[in-house]
Amino acid sequence: MTGVLPLPAAPASTVPASSAVAHVHAGGEVSFALVGWLLPVAVVVALVMAHAVLVTGRRRATGRRWSVGRTVAWVGGVLLLAAAVSPPVTAWAHAGARGHMVQHLLLGMYAPVGLVLAAPVTLVLGASTPVNRHRLAVVLGSAPVRVLSHPVVAGGIDVGGLYVLYLTGLYAASMGTPWVHVVVNLHFLLAGTLFTWAVVGPDPAPHRPGVRIRALALVLAAGAHAVLAKILYAHASSLPTGAGHDATEMQQAATWMYYGGDVAELALAVALFAAWYRAAGRVRRRVAPAPTGAPLAP
Amino acid sequence: MGGASRDEAVPARRASVTATALIGVGLMAAVDEIVFHQLLGWHHFYDGASSAVALASDGLLHAGELVAVVGGFFWFADLRRRGVLAPRSAWAGVFLGLGAFQLFDGVVDHKLLRLHQIRYGVDLLPYDLTWNTVGLVLLLVGVVLLVRDRGARAARRRG
Repeated sequence: MTGVLPLPAAPASTVPASSAVAHVHAGGEVSFALVGWLLPVAVVVALVMAHAVLVTGRRRATGRRWSVGRTVAWVGGVLLLAAAVSPPVTAWAHAGARGHMVQHLLLGMYAPVGLVLAAPVTLVLGASTPVNRHRLAVVLGSAPVRVLSHPVVAGGIDVGGLYVLYLTGLYAASMGTPWVHVVVNLHFLLAGTLFTWAVVGPDPAPHRPGVRIRALALVLAAGAHAVLAKILYAHASSLPTGAGHDATEMQQAATWMYYGGDVAELALAVALFAAWYRAAGRVRRRVAPAPTGAPLAP
Repeated sequence: MGGASRDEAVPARRASVTATALIGVGLMAAVDEIVFHQLLGWHHFYDGASSAVALASDGLLHAGELVAVVGGFFWFADLRRRGVLAPRSAWAGVFLGLGAFQLFDGVVDHKLLRLHQIRYGVDLLPYDLTWNTVGLVLLLVGVVLLVRDRGARAARRRG
């Protein structure tokens, strides 16, 4: 990665976008480096600008300010997402199991935490016209969304996808075929975001189950993730099927998967129970107002 | 959880025990992970002797410990905030959680499921005995605290 400059390469825009995911070829190394940065820079610019537009629109529509903490969460999530598709990480992911695992953790677990805690649906609802707000509410309340966003179902889609990836030939296919690799990465991001949203989403969801069911879904998903990591460790010389990774490297990647999953689980558990704690406090204040606020004077 | 304002100031003993037992389980699991897996390097991540069932139970337990300790802390904080935490019950809960996890790990994980052993290349018997005795003592401390707390309350009600 010599000569890599994190610049929004303007002249590179004449190059077809598909080459942004191409492998390094001898010769055009410098232009490749610039083209490679096009995707992460575009991700940051597009998602941060969309956020700014929505925050402004919401303030115009409701007159209310948007939370700084939620904006920080959004920017953090976007930066993690951009890091996952940045040239150093993609090159590392192509080189072997450890890089792949780091990309998997960033796309499927860490970036979604920031994106979900930013309450994007709340922001979009606030910035929408009443008609669109109603349409969005109908979609959110529809049967497919209700089923897919149930924490147990979402966890199954998320971690189940990992079992399919690592225990079938899909992983080897994703290493060899660029479009399969793109689809796998998109699944990481979307399924990870869906599960995170289902468990700790601060957004309104008409049918979101209570804290116990969500905690249970978290234990099941994180447990299944840890089991898969140990299966990969135990069979490092033969799994993922057809990948041909060095067994020692695969064991290291599996260990990162295990402990990296713990970090994500810890973050989700704190977000889940902290939200419960705050909500319980609000309910209490409504039911029994603070004594100082009571009208004692005649 | 949730609790109405009516039972304010009436100590929630059962909740105090359960919340801190969850913390105790998580604390002992953390000690196991940090001291025996990472610092001493005695325990192995995987020693080649585990069945699929053992791996599955280990994964679920591992995930459950983390959620237990975080949930336990927030539940504990909520009990304190509502002024219904029963301190004696809470201490009993901590010891019950510590001991229960240690004993479960020593008997079920190490011996029945054979996930990994305490240490490798040594005579295991003294290690296993120490491990499980510590677990049993912690558990008994919890039971004694709980029983004494009950006894003290019953005496107060009679007197």
